[in-house]
Amino acid sequence: MSDFLRIEGLEASIDDNGSPKPILKGIDLVIPAGEVHAIMGPNGSGKSTLSYVLAGREDYEVTGGSVSFKGQDLLAMEPEERAAAGVFLAFQAPVELPGVNNANFLRTAVNAVRRARGEEEYDAVQFLKAARTKAKALSMPEDLLKRNVNVGFSGGEKKRNEVLQMAMLNPSLAILDETDSGLDIDALRIVAEGVNALRSPSFSALVITHHQRLLDYLVPDKVHVMARGRILRTGGPELAHQLEAEGYASFLAEAA
Amino acid sequence: MNALAPSAAGRDNAARFVAEYQGKRGRLGDLAARDAAGDWLSRHGLPRRTEEAFKYTDLRPLWERDRPAEPSGAGFAPALLDSLFERAGLDRDWPRLVFVNGQLDAALSSTQSGGFAGVGGDTPDHAVVALNTMLAEDGASLHVPAGTDAGRLVIVSLCGPGTDAHLRHRVVLERGAKLSLIEIASGEGSYAGTVVSEITVREEAALEHVRLQQDAADAVSLSHVRATVAERASYDGFNLALGAAVARHEVRARLEGSYGIVHVNGAQLLGGTQVADLTSAIVHAAPHTSSRQTVKNVLTGRARGVFQGKILVNRIAQKTDGYQMNQALLLSEEAEIDAKPELEIFADDVKCSHGATAGALDEEQMFYLRSRGVPRAEARAILVRAFLEDAFDLVADEPVRALLEQATEGWWDGADALGAS
Ligand SMILES: Nc1ncnc2c1ncn2[C@@H]1O[C@H](COP(=O)(O)OP(=O)(O)OP(=O)(O)O)[C@@H](O)[C@H]1O
Ligand SMILES: [Mg+2]
Repeated sequence: MSDFLRIEGLEASIDDNGSPKPILKGIDLVIPAGEVHAIMGPNGSGKSTLSYVLAGREDYEVTGGSVSFKGQDLLAMEPEERAAAGVFLAFQAPVELPGVNNANFLRTAVNAVRRARGEEEYDAVQFLKAARTKAKALSMPEDLLKRNVNVGFSGGEKKRNEVLQMAMLNPSLAILDETDSGLDIDALRIVAEGVNALRSPSFSALVITHHQRLLDYLVPDKVHVMARGRILRTGGPELAHQLEAEGYASFLAEAA
Repeated sequence: MNALAPSAAGRDNAARFVAEYQGKRGRLGDLAARDAAGDWLSRHGLPRRTEEAFKYTDLRPLWERDRPAEPSGAGFAPALLDSLFERAGLDRDWPRLVFVNGQLDAALSSTQSGGFAGVGGDTPDHAVVALNTMLAEDGASLHVPAGTDAGRLVIVSLCGPGTDAHLRHRVVLERGAKLSLIEIASGEGSYAGTVVSEITVREEAALEHVRLQQDAADAVSLSHVRATVAERASYDGFNLALGAAVARHEVRARLEGSYGIVHVNGAQLLGGTQVADLTSAIVHAAPHTSSRQTVKNVLTGRARGVFQGKILVNRIAQKTDGYQMNQALLLSEEAEIDAKPELEIFADDVKCSHGATAGALDEEQMFYLRSRGVPRAEARAILVRAFLEDAFDLVADEPVRALLEQATEGWWDGADALGAS
């Protein structure tokens, strides 16, 4: 089970006005089952790109390397297949869906995933009960369920909505892309509790963050430092403290 | 030969319709109006794309269709009506008038109208109206007395293979009257239908007129509404175009009293090589009147949506409020939207706005949905539904809106409606 998520030599580029712009330049990363890993790194280093590529966004072209997830070739799967297989990405910038009711959206997603996993679909009553319970645990006002997905949500509300989706979809690999940014202190703790609640030998998380604080609650097994499309250094939780104290300068100098 | 006369080709396309009229003239009334219309058609012909008003909509199938010597009888109608109840969710309890191949079918109807009001009236100036004037033999005549809320009424028009059907309706709402009129057009095989509705909404009366056009794939479907709206009265129209090979819904409305309101809203969901055209001409002839149009097009395959909206504001019509929005969601590379807004404003204190958008589905939204496990086709359907929502929201009568929504649900399943990427 040590090969829960194995990323090897992953390279990806994006079409930048007609010419490919390389962003990921050979990422190696292994997350064993049951572990929480953090990625920290300067703005623009490719953290969100990595999370999108793992979730299956099509505008990035994978130009090299491989990703296996629970023994499957993740890169060969459609985004919805990845979700069914257990991958969940909490977006750095959650997308607004005008005209789409949040509760309906959530129910459609949960049932699509349950169907794909061979589980019984929720009926309206079961769903609402589950959604209300989870929303309450996240201190989310219930009216957010009645509104259109993320439309007019505050920054923090959008992030909580992502965590609600995560809780409902019951993933085995959660990728949290700066889910802590824009959260107030209480929400931060609540989100961390949300992740901790999922922790089990069959659940792993990849937490992208700029701040030590979330990691105080989550206590990662490993911290990776990413810059310019590469992982420069991997260490224990102490690495995050070192970054907080010293910044990225020494790592970047080392890598240059 | 008069050099200014239209070419023989221009006239010829109406010839068989005029011949049909000559054949049945002996048993018709309103002969003065019908003769005038026939005369007009003989001189002008049916409109080709060289005519500005039909630049985007090719009516050739109207006259080029093969017509069998023996058109179908009415045998198909009961089953088709049943499918409207069963699958489209039409409520059996709503009072309805059912026309089959252009004739009232009393057995299938559940209420009565005032009978056919005839085709008499003004001098012909429009090909579809002229064709209808010449040939229509039946239609509903609805009169809602002052202060009466007549509730809902359904007019169903069913056409069978090989038929041409022409209906002429007359609707009058007296002062303060109300009516929710639902029109459904459906059929089987290849046929052509024209329906002309002459509508008068008097002071403080309110007409909601929702039309569900789900004609057969090979049909030509032409509808024409002429409405006059008095002081503080409203004509609230919505046309949902789902069917037919070629369809045109045209609304000509005149706001004749202050604080009158006209809505010409609609949605056109088209695939394959379908063409649907929503054309409107709204005349603001009194102050403080308003007109609103929200039209949504969802187009796939090589389908084409057309929206032509003309707003004319007379000098006297100060404080006019005109709004026009036409939006298209293009689900395939080859789908096309043609839009022609026209504002003619002769008053100086008015508020008129026009907007148009056309685009593909938002990739980011698609990815967001799919990353949550929603399969591609379902994600697409969710976003299309969301796109349509603010148009459907304009249908005030809730059960009627539900009927339209159910009709669009059927559209997703139809053919390759959402198969295009
Ligand atoms: N569509 C695009 N066109 C051009 N460049 C892009 C595009 N998308 C991303 N990039 C570039 O790729 C690089 C990596 O972006 P990414 O969003 O992955 O960084 P990040 O590490 O998540 O940064 P942050 O900490 O600010 O969230 C950036 O330089 C960004 O400008
Ligand atoms: Mg980022």
